[in-house]
Amino acid sequence: MPSTFPRLMLDHAAQRPQAAALREKVYGIWQTTTWAELALLVRRLACGLHAAGLQRDDHVIVVGENRPRLYACMLAVQSLGAVPVPLYQDAAAPEYAFPINNAEVGWAIVEDQEQVDKMLELRAGPCAGSPTLARIWYDDPRGLRNYAEPGLEALDALVAAGQAHDASNARLFDAEVALCQPGDVAALFFTSGTTGNPKGVVHTHATLLDRARAGQAFDQLTEHEEVLAYMPLAWIGQNIFSYAQWLACGYVVNCPESPATVTIDLKEIGPTYYFAPPRIFEGLLTSVMIRMEDAGRFKRWLFKTFMGLAKRVGPTLMDQQPVGLLPRLAYALGDLCVYGPLRNSLGFSRVRVAYTAGEAIGPDLFTFYRSIGINLKQLYGSTETAVFVCLQPDNQARADTVGIPISGVEIKVAENGEILVRSPGLLKGYYKNPAATAEVLSADGWYRTGDAGFLDASGHLKIIDRAKDVGRLHDPQGGAFDGAMFAPKYVENKLKFFPYIKEAVAFGDQRVKVCAFVNIDFEAVGNWAERRNLAYAGYTDLAAKAEVLELIRDCVEQVNANLAADALLAGSQISRFLVLHKELDADDGEMTRTRKVKRGAINDKYQVLVEALYGGQSEQFIETAVKFEDGRSGSVSATLKIVDAKTYSAVKAAA
Amino acid sequence: MSSDSPGRNIGEVILDVKNISLRFGGVKALTDISFDVREHEVRAIIGPNGAGKSSMLNCINGVYAPQDGAITFRGQTFGHMNSRQVAEMGVARTFQNLALFKGMSVIDNIMSGRNLRMHTNLFQQALRNPWFGAAEKEETAHREFVEHIVDFLEIQAWRKTPVGRLPYGLQKRVDLGRALAMEPKMLLLDEPMAGMNVEEKQDMSRFILDVNDEFGTTIVLIEHDMGVVMDISDRVVVLDYGKKIGDGTPLEVRANPEVISAYLGAGH
Repeated sequence: MPSTFPRLMLDHAAQRPQAAALREKVYGIWQTTTWAELALLVRRLACGLHAAGLQRDDHVIVVGENRPRLYACMLAVQSLGAVPVPLYQDAAAPEYAFPINNAEVGWAIVEDQEQVDKMLELRAGPCAGSPTLARIWYDDPRGLRNYAEPGLEALDALVAAGQAHDASNARLFDAEVALCQPGDVAALFFTSGTTGNPKGVVHTHATLLDRARAGQAFDQLTEHEEVLAYMPLAWIGQNIFSYAQWLACGYVVNCPESPATVTIDLKEIGPTYYFAPPRIFEGLLTSVMIRMEDAGRFKRWLFKTFMGLAKRVGPTLMDQQPVGLLPRLAYALGDLCVYGPLRNSLGFSRVRVAYTAGEAIGPDLFTFYRSIGINLKQLYGSTETAVFVCLQPDNQARADTVGIPISGVEIKVAENGEILVRSPGLLKGYYKNPAATAEVLSADGWYRTGDAGFLDASGHLKIIDRAKDVGRLHDPQGGAFDGAMFAPKYVENKLKFFPYIKEAVAFGDQRVKVCAFVNIDFEAVGNWAERRNLAYAGYTDLAAKAEVLELIRDCVEQVNANLAADALLAGSQISRFLVLHKELDADDGEMTRTRKVKRGAINDKYQVLVEALYGGQSEQFIETAVKFEDGRSGSVSATLKIVDAKTYSAVKAAA
Repeated sequence: MSSDSPGRNIGEVILDVKNISLRFGGVKALTDISFDVREHEVRAIIGPNGAGKSSMLNCINGVYAPQDGAITFRGQTFGHMNSRQVAEMGVARTFQNLALFKGMSVIDNIMSGRNLRMHTNLFQQALRNPWFGAAEKEETAHREFVEHIVDFLEIQAWRKTPVGRLPYGLQKRVDLGRALAMEPKMLLLDEPMAGMNVEEKQDMSRFILDVNDEFGTTIVLIEHDMGVVMDISDRVVVLDYGKKIGDGTPLEVRANPEVISAYLGAGH
């Protein structure tokens, strides 16, 4: 039963007017917005926008944290047949210029003064001239009282105007909502894009809702779920989980008080349905481990003993496999003493279904959460597929696969190893970019994911790397690994699974051997150093310590040993590496906003370092410009040591 | 920034300091100091170490009793008042060396700033309960006010954290929060940015300007960082060896030859 988002919202308001739709913590207390209140708010906002002259198919950008009124604004824009375009709220002003100009955005609805300042900067600079950003509304008036810019108004004023307009045009809202068709464009998502300009992915109500419902059926989601929404709405993952599925299922979306309070809010809400990229799970685990190391001896012993048991028994229990009576009893005791309290302190006591996606997750990390009884699973999807392509069933979660194709999805593997997907949830196209659309979307409806992988014997999809990044080693002497496959991300992920390594960049395509840059995890390595009474003055100093290089070398060699066992990827072992003197950062153009490394940019920027790795030098001087969060720029310089790591000869599979 | 924004209107003189002299035995801490503070303005007192800035603040605050001179605050003239009377008149302050209750939570520390506005007596407090009685009701109302301050200063994530465990920059913010809890007409800030890094200083500057802008609070601040002073204050008083050597807008003060020599030494 295809529908539209505004219609679903009105259905919930009609059927369960007093049920909670959204919650937000204000002044320390969770405040509820019911479906009826939401419907009224949306109605007024929509009428206000209509009075202001919003036309069907117009684009309106929405920038801010997860705020109930911003959700209502998206619904209001969709009610009028216009298109909301959520953008990342932490981006710097110039990064908005392309999406705004590309999508001819006339109006903006933003959260607060910070965002208003960015919009005004854009209006004066990169987006001047055209009718773009003629009107700007803000949710939080703090600090904006004295702004006298034309077209700048508080959302309260829009609501008031809408109320007046509604009073004189009582039929307007319902008529506008009735005009919306499932095939209409519902939203435009700009992909962060590791290369070139971002692309606007066009999704209709039908595509988003189809996938939202497929996911709902797969996990039997009901209106009783609780979700905490704290990732950017511009990320399709968050948008599907806290918007499309919210309206499809009618559950409660909770908005944290501020980005700094997420862990506290998580504990208070106790979500039942949870979705986060692996780095969030990693951060949570790291904070637990650090606190555990500071605990008393008895508690450490208790934790260690029961975690050992959990590792052996937990995942088997989660997969509903038979387990002996004795370990089962011991696990129950562990649940009482350790796992239960731990789940509680993580805020995961009530989690029924948790997903991780966006990046590969480390097997240890994955197993940790499953072993303490949290139903963490993986899924596969992208902006273009409206997320849900493959999901793991409750009892078949594995660290190295991403699940089975769910209802409506067809998957095939192209000759070059690239995965092709066909589903009713595919994008309509890229906005104003037919060339790019034709490149990924074939005439018979297959979407090229750009990921290399295969379906394993049990029907689970396994992803190796981005198809375009998969390279070949090239040895002029024709050594053992000449022409061997090189999957940089596969190698980098293996490195990143160590808590001490935050980021890694591997090189090797068309080269003799594989070399890598490593970014240490400041928190984990800092803690490690403190424990060893190793003094350091900051990130750069810590990264250059001989002891730290030794620690990282140990990690690299473990990865090499692991890779050697893989017949396909034995050639990808890392022979030389260096530890970078600064963290790779989105502000410096080295990563995307979703924290994916921009391979090309890094290669160009650190050309001298790459040459030093392959040239056999033992150290190299480098000076890098950095941008601080307050917009100032400076530079960091260091002489980096280059370390050789042991590689292993390929273990021949027993054939 | 917003120090010259159109919405703010500087009003009448709210605090008039006339011919103040303060001596500790033979040491002349302040000699014949006069200046005034207008309503809604940000007024800075600057000067090298030992110039008498904190002493000046302590005189206004009622901690020190000056031997000569008079201070007029909102039409009331006094030679000396005790700190409580000054607080009741609507003057709050923060301290250079934080004077917070380290073992108490952020909320409780800010709540202590509501002390003057609590009216229930010991008996009512002893019989507190959620059904009847004024104590519970009163605390709820005060807590609501405190929550507005927590929101304003963006310290929601540390409500229940003992203040002693917070980094210095955040403790400074809590200190400011406690002063704001008094709903002061005038706020005295003693080196609000001492020991902060650039980012913390920017945050604190923004909070000070926001307090001034949103609540119309008159602000008198002592500060070492000249850049900050010039950015956020409307008028500046310069002290050196207990004497006033300059008074005016940041631009005027910056051009004053006496001020330059006090800061950079003679011969410049």
